[in-house]
Amino acid sequence: MNSSGPAGDLALEDVSVGDLEPVSLAVSRGKVICLSGASGSGKTRLLRAVADLEPHGGDCRLGDIRQSETPAHNWRAQVMMIPAESQWWHETVGEHFDADAGDALEALDLPGEATSWSIDRLSSGEKQRLALIRALAREPRALLLDEPTANLDAESIKRVERWLLEIIERRELPTLWVAHDAEQIQRVSNRHLLIRDGRLEES
Amino acid sequence: MTIIDLSWWQLALASLLVLALAATSHLARLGMARSLLVAAARTVIQLALVGLVLELVFELGRLRWIALMSLVMLLVAGREVMARQKYRLRGGWAFGIGTLSMFLSAFSVTVLTLVVIIGPDPWYRPQYSIPILGMLLGNTMTGVALGLDRLTEGVRRQRALIENRLMLGQPWNVAVGEIRRDAVRSGLIPIINAMAAAGIVSLPGMMTGQILAGTPPAIAVKYQILIMFVIAVGTGFGTLAAVSAGARRLFDARERLRLDRLTGTG
Repeated sequence: MNSSGPAGDLALEDVSVGDLEPVSLAVSRGKVICLSGASGSGKTRLLRAVADLEPHGGDCRLGDIRQSETPAHNWRAQVMMIPAESQWWHETVGEHFDADAGDALEALDLPGEATSWSIDRLSSGEKQRLALIRALAREPRALLLDEPTANLDAESIKRVERWLLEIIERRELPTLWVAHDAEQIQRVSNRHLLIRDGRLEES
Repeated sequence: MTIIDLSWWQLALASLLVLALAATSHLARLGMARSLLVAAARTVIQLALVGLVLELVFELGRLRWIALMSLVMLLVAGREVMARQKYRLRGGWAFGIGTLSMFLSAFSVTVLTLVVIIGPDPWYRPQYSIPILGMLLGNTMTGVALGLDRLTEGVRRQRALIENRLMLGQPWNVAVGEIRRDAVRSGLIPIINAMAAAGIVSLPGMMTGQILAGTPPAIAVKYQILIMFVIAVGTGFGTLAAVSAGARRLFDARERLRLDRLTGTG
């Protein structure tokens, strides 16, 4: 869909939403910034503001593309948020895919026929992995991940991390990653910011 | 064929039967006696008043009085559409969208039916225009109310799903597409069922009334067919317009789902 390659760095310019103080932040291509903080501190809302899913102050930029000057659905197709709980609306997995899942299924320990599975029989862990594959198959140019491994067992977590990091690096995707687990943050992040009292702090 | 006029004491006889039902429901502790009697009393008062108004309008036969009466009917219907929704759009949008879509569909279908199909002289003759507009408004009101209620309920319940679709880059109208279609469908189901069952399960009320009032059944049947067709058309386009406008209003210029535009939500 966006075959013209990496678009550039992701920049937040005085983004304000809820009780959060305005956030200015630059995420370089291929780099991961982890966000953590108590529940209700506004991590998810910040991601939602960057995806332009709720009214907010400030603006965002992806390379030279401005959020406020781009049709909203085009912006979201490039700066793609993946929610903690994925949603499915067709009957089978495959109907949700625009593009071929490629070797992603195998990389995430799912069989090739998983695309013909019915949504009803998916476990929460399978849903979470398939939602990641579904989103990345659309070739976004920046990622907003909201606890992408929350429903997975220890072994799957490592596998998903490796797969995501490989793609983030290869496709040069600037990434904001909301995470709780200190060890995971250590493993995946280039930089770690903590939200406390409505403010972003270096951790 | 002569029509037997009903005198008020004959209606009083019928009311004794209602009283009997109320007494029975009281004895059976259904707790319905009071509301049954209140509803029956309302029927008498409201219909008597409307009868007086109709007599007056019929006698005057002037377009401006018919237009005024139509306007009152429309506004009452608009209020009713609003009242029947659990979650409604704030800031007068629920009333505005419901009333405007009923106006567009019910009024234009009524005028079209009068001018092109029935052809009374003058075209607004109250004997034809008021009953047709009344039936159309009543049914369109049900369709519009059902459709809007289903729409707002649906987006509330499926908020996460709609937003996940938006996150994947879908335009707002695609993300809400199934819910919107579902809402229009639910508004159309009553009239489709009524047409499918007409004459088999029950005799339609309007046709029954005409026959009681002395119209030959063959003519009453033709009017009933006509009225059902125009009700289907009016309800269909009215519901479609209301649900489309309502769905649009639930998203802002940045294609964000705005549940804060509904009452009863954050």
